[in-house]
Amino acid sequence: MSLDVQLPGLNLKNPIMPASGCFSFGREYSQFYDLSELGAVIIKAATKHQRLGNKTPRVAETKSGMLNAIGLQNPGVSSIIADELPFLSQFQTSVIANVAGSTVEEYEHVARSFKDTSLIHAIELNISCPNVKEGGVQFGTDPELAFEVTRRVKEQSNVPVYVKLSPNVSDIVEIAQAVEKAGADGLSMINTLTGMKIDLHKKQPLLANQVGGLSGPAIKPVAIRMIYQVYQAVDIPIIGMGGVLTPEDVLEFLLAGASAVAIGTANFKNPMICKEIIDALPETLSSYGFSSVKEAIGGAHNG
Amino acid sequence: MQKLKATIRHSEIIARDTVQFDLLIDPTILKTIQPGQFVHVNIDDSSEHMLRRPISIADVKPDESLLTLIFKQFGEGTKKLAQLKAETPIDLLIPSGNGYPIDDLAIEHALLIGGGIGVPPLYYLAKKLKEKNVKVTTVIGFQSADDVFYEEAFLTLGDCFVATDDGSYGYEGFVTDVMDQNKIDFDMYFACGPNPMLRAVKYTLSDKEGYISLEERMGCGIGACYACVVPNRDETAYKKVCHDGPVFHTSEVSI
Repeated sequence: MSLDVQLPGLNLKNPIMPASGCFSFGREYSQFYDLSELGAVIIKAATKHQRLGNKTPRVAETKSGMLNAIGLQNPGVSSIIADELPFLSQFQTSVIANVAGSTVEEYEHVARSFKDTSLIHAIELNISCPNVKEGGVQFGTDPELAFEVTRRVKEQSNVPVYVKLSPNVSDIVEIAQAVEKAGADGLSMINTLTGMKIDLHKKQPLLANQVGGLSGPAIKPVAIRMIYQVYQAVDIPIIGMGGVLTPEDVLEFLLAGASAVAIGTANFKNPMICKEIIDALPETLSSYGFSSVKEAIGGAHNG
Repeated sequence: MQKLKATIRHSEIIARDTVQFDLLIDPTILKTIQPGQFVHVNIDDSSEHMLRRPISIADVKPDESLLTLIFKQFGEGTKKLAQLKAETPIDLLIPSGNGYPIDDLAIEHALLIGGGIGVPPLYYLAKKLKEKNVKVTTVIGFQSADDVFYEEAFLTLGDCFVATDDGSYGYEGFVTDVMDQNKIDFDMYFACGPNPMLRAVKYTLSDKEGYISLEERMGCGIGACYACVVPNRDETAYKKVCHDGPVFHTSEVSI
């Protein structure tokens, strides 16, 4: 069974990678398994300067999911390059840097900063964080702004750029086509859906930020639908994500049109989940009649 | 830290909505546990509950392969956990966080201060302090008489004062009222409970050195998701409760 997938900048031995924000920079999970098992790692978002993030509570469990409003807490791009990437470089896996910002200039600065290191293989351009007022979400909901920020980050980057799309839009295909036209090498989708939970005891929103991003199995059908639609409308590859918990979920994302699959929330329930899914994937693929991952990509569009 | 399965040997309601689990578990891991550390518990294998619950370790008995957890039924997840019967396997991340650093401390008389579901970790702490010949005095506070637990257990290890908010058992008022009314002589304090209690304790005992254990809603429980943070002393950065704590020296954090 061949699990390998070749994407711009990414020579993946398997299609599985932890999603940004759920895996920090890998250190914590490396006590559970060898990170060289992973197809890639998408590291936590980087901004120009250190960001402290939102007040607590920052997370709340919901049915088959969770809300988070961390607020892009990170030590800043220079510190990530100096202190975090060297640790990850000891593993035989691809590293995708998540680039965030509040202005086009900040996105450009962060993307440019990553040119100084050879330790990343691609950029995930985060134009869809719902938890920071100026966290780029406006870039992800307006096709013209999405085009502009993608074009300018591409000019500043020496690695392929995957644009992470927000599901909080009325027409995700329109945004996907705009960033493809701007030169995006790929897409990653979907980011979290905005949501809210009310604390019955306090009679007010539970999260300090009030609004948070909904992730987990609860959003999987939305992710599958959006990937299915976008796959038909663009020619660049898609890294799919949104509620993956089992190898069957991975197959569903591949069939919808994803070429690789990121796992987020499930890491919190089971820190071994990425490794367990990689180990189980050959049997799952074979039980549905596939002899490789590549064979399954976009398989739901053949009818 | 490891992810492993334990088995519930005994489950008991010890106070209102308060459940004690005695778990059978690999004794080699038990020998490494420091008082104040916690376990991160998976509710079940379904996709309904995607977040684990951090639960205090109340006692550790490596000779019997036993781990005692105490938790309060608060929401749907902990209610579901409370339904689990003896012989049920349960999936833990263990041990989580940093405990009270008692091996590095030279103390003669410790004051332990606990509020509500912050009381359990103090029991294992009291036992370990006694083993080191440290005198232990405990002050524990609850909402009401129905919520009180472990008074007798603490009394076997030293003096124990109980306060209830409504005065239905022991002293009426907060743990700080007990401390005001009884001149307790001690050289270091160890507290665990809700933030308002910890703030009051830190203020009342500002001339004493102390360690506090914080409660916060957690995501991963291993330091990767940045959900359970607390500002450092000068509020210029955050510390992670699950990974840097939950026990902090009072000078490390701003609560």
